[in-house]
Amino acid sequence: MTIAASNEATAPTLLDDLPGGPRSLIGRALVFARRQPLGTFGLVLVLVMAVAGLSADWIAPYSPTANDFAAMTEAPSWAHWLGTDQFGRDQLSRIIFGARTALIVGFSCAIVSSFAGLVLGVGSAYFGGRLDLYLQRLLDILMAFPLIILALAVVSIFGTGVHNVIIAITIPLIPRCARIIRSSALSIREIPYVDAARACGFSHSRIILRHMVPNVMAPFLILLTAFVGQAILAEAALSYLGLGVQEPVPAWGLMLQGGAEEYASTAPWIAIFPGLAIAVTVFGFSLFGDALRDALDPKMRDR
Amino acid sequence: MSPIGDKPLLEVRGLRMHFPVTEGSFSHRKVGAVKAVDGIDFTVRRGETLGLVGESGCGKTTTGRCILRLERPTAGEICYDGVDIAKLQRRELLALRRRIQVIFQDPYSSLNPRMKVGEIIAEPIKVHRIERNTARRRARVRELLSVCGLDAKFADRYPHEMSGGQRQRVGIARALALEPEFIVCDEAVSALDVSIQAQVVNLLEDLRERFGLTYLFIAHDLSVVRHLCHRVAVMYLGRIVELAECNELFDQPLHPYTQALLSAVPVPDPTVEETRAFRPVKGEVPSPLNPPSGCVFHPRCPLAVERCKGTRPELRELYPGHWVACSEVQQ
Amino acid sequence: MHRYIIQRLLLVVPTLFGAAALVFVLMRLIPGDICVVRLGSGGGTFDERAVAACHAELGLNRPLILQFFDFIWGFCHFDFGTSMWSGKPVSYEIAARFPISLEVALLATIVAVLVAIPFGTLSALKQNSVLDLVVRVIAIAGLATPGFWLGILIILAILNISQIAFGAPWMPPIDYVPLWKDPVRNLSMAIWPAIAVGYRTSAVTMRMTRSAMLEVMREDYIRTARAKGLIERIVVNRHALKNALLPVVTLIGIESAFLIGGLVVTEQVFNLNGIGRLLVQAVQNQDYTLTQALVMLTVAVFVFTNTAVDMLYAWLDPRIRYA
Repeated sequence: MTIAASNEATAPTLLDDLPGGPRSLIGRALVFARRQPLGTFGLVLVLVMAVAGLSADWIAPYSPTANDFAAMTEAPSWAHWLGTDQFGRDQLSRIIFGARTALIVGFSCAIVSSFAGLVLGVGSAYFGGRLDLYLQRLLDILMAFPLIILALAVVSIFGTGVHNVIIAITIPLIPRCARIIRSSALSIREIPYVDAARACGFSHSRIILRHMVPNVMAPFLILLTAFVGQAILAEAALSYLGLGVQEPVPAWGLMLQGGAEEYASTAPWIAIFPGLAIAVTVFGFSLFGDALRDALDPKMRDR
Repeated sequence: MSPIGDKPLLEVRGLRMHFPVTEGSFSHRKVGAVKAVDGIDFTVRRGETLGLVGESGCGKTTTGRCILRLERPTAGEICYDGVDIAKLQRRELLALRRRIQVIFQDPYSSLNPRMKVGEIIAEPIKVHRIERNTARRRARVRELLSVCGLDAKFADRYPHEMSGGQRQRVGIARALALEPEFIVCDEAVSALDVSIQAQVVNLLEDLRERFGLTYLFIAHDLSVVRHLCHRVAVMYLGRIVELAECNELFDQPLHPYTQALLSAVPVPDPTVEETRAFRPVKGEVPSPLNPPSGCVFHPRCPLAVERCKGTRPELRELYPGHWVACSEVQQ
Repeated sequence: MHRYIIQRLLLVVPTLFGAAALVFVLMRLIPGDICVVRLGSGGGTFDERAVAACHAELGLNRPLILQFFDFIWGFCHFDFGTSMWSGKPVSYEIAARFPISLEVALLATIVAVLVAIPFGTLSALKQNSVLDLVVRVIAIAGLATPGFWLGILIILAILNISQIAFGAPWMPPIDYVPLWKDPVRNLSMAIWPAIAVGYRTSAVTMRMTRSAMLEVMREDYIRTARAKGLIERIVVNRHALKNALLPVVTLIGIESAFLIGGLVVTEQVFNLNGIGRLLVQAVQNQDYTLTQALVMLTVAVFVFTNTAVDMLYAWLDPRIRYA
């Protein structure tokens, strides 16, 4: 136990200052880029999407909602790089604005759920006892619901739309985060520096915030990244079903609804490009998440 | 050596620590108890160093944790300077935390890897409001580092940038930060290389002189205990089987378990080693979940007779200051 | 072993009970009166008596606790009430749609595992080769590709390829024929959605197999096996693979959740009349009786799958004590 714990406690990661290593953020980023070329590629994909989403108002060539009945289901051309849909809307512009929706939903769900999971997981592990016991049973029950199923149940209550979709995806992500953070925090609770902090008479909040939370940052950041991808996928699925983001808000899943199959043989670009946007974004997060895991958690390498 | 007072600083009476073993995912039904510490008594006088030795799993670490109130004992009293630690509430405990500190075994895991050494040592000073001024607090950290034989530059390092011995010195500096009078050294040198061990033991000795500290020195390395301790208590399966002055215990062990334990220590002299009777203890340590009846040592004891199975022998003072819990040993 | 099975099955009861309670509470959180929503969906007026009659019909005028026990009791003997939308018993609706979903899910798992294990193993044995790189990229793409989009792409490919090959577009059949009646027709319908949802499972299994193999191949007993002169094939098949596949077994249980979720969307793509599509319709139609029954059903399937996987694991791994 002590040997395993000591390795865990001391293995230097990117979060630590390595002796002789770079200390600035940029320096560390460069080290990361050299060691994890695939992860850096993933990060670049994510950043491209983020920039597109943030500056959509300026870079999108057309309005994402303007119908042009003179140019319906047009193939990709110089005027419409990615073609138009059955209502004559420019696909590229809709994809650029869709990036904004996807990233808003993805990051909101990931940040809210992983912070809730962090609080529940660390609190449950630190205080233990009955609180931990009941919380674990509650999480067991929530974990028995497949993500999309619970999201559908929540949507059936609160209804559709961006905000409700965020709620519907966040709720099932919370127990998944709490579970992993708890097991990580449980092993940290057993490490003597937490006992040392207790022996010094520190308050619960100080022990949790200064001694436990910083040491579960590695799994926390890995989960956060993974959740963004999962949330984007879930949002796309819900929107595709017509139970997520609603027209006229541009969303990738929504773009696949309706036209994609109907025009499958005559206008395949309607089906191809929005899906590609989802896949590339989530692919970027997966690559980056994998690299982050390698960099932050040397034990989990090759998994 | 600093004079040892007559009045006990710490008095442990009938201390029991049973960890419940539970079953069931909802009910937490109690199905048994691990009797880690099962009724022990001892005292530590001011300025004295009491060694607590025994095999791993005998309950010596749990005893230390109870004194630090990292565990709440199942039963018994732990009187520290007249106050029962076992019954203190959280608020009252805070004052006591300043007086009793701990040094842990593993120098790798006893320091938070995300904090700099300076922060680790400064944190208790800050929290207990001993020194509110940041500059003075920093000076105090430098002073503590130098007291523990470390250069002031280590304050800006992270623990993983230091060696095991250096980290253990940081652990000691943190313990001293609150200016305690009593320190529980829980296997404080066991994880270190032998050459480093000697340095750290010397440091502990110096600090005892300098600050008039009282130690409870938990260890399994008997040679270190012999060097550092005034009195030694031997534990076996949650109970104290023998307690005596250090030299007395090593020269004239009375309890068969102590004799076996001491005979396992090699003597660095081949001719002496040749003539020594090595008496290994037969069998395995029984489970503290289900300890043997009567004297816990009876299944492995060479002296065991029928009545050892029935009644639990209490500690009795066979010679002045030499206590033993065995009904068969005579004067 | 028997004791372990019974204990493990008993653990299912509180989880399902808790899930039922959660579903029950969620469905009571719906803002507004279900009956008002149902009767007033036309936007017209409705009289109090109709609402009261509706309450009585749905049992909503009874105390909450009794409603909850009715709900639980209903599940215990497969009486889920009547669909608020079609008016038919929920159990009837489910029974008609269950086989196709089950078949697609099983087919997806089987195909996924059959593809994943050999490729994952090869990828690990030839670490850092071109094959390894290709397998890893395909696997990580599997995590990123939405199953429903893959389904759309498959349809796209079928349509265009059949157009070119036969001169007329061909679409997989959409009405369900049991496997034993017309296996060709049945499989030509079920295989496409199975591929669409199975890709993710396959990708995850491949990654797991690869990493487990890499870990096992570093173990001392593999070195020992090689040192005593065993040929590599036996080292891999008898010593490495057997141990590496244990974690893969647990993965199948965990992945079944994603499979169920993927089915919900993919059935929509392929117009399959399965459980998933029924659930989407129920949510769209605000058919709460049907929604709660289907949510509970998927939870039950997921929980029992995982229980079965745990038992399989315990049976395969001699280190697990059935205590």
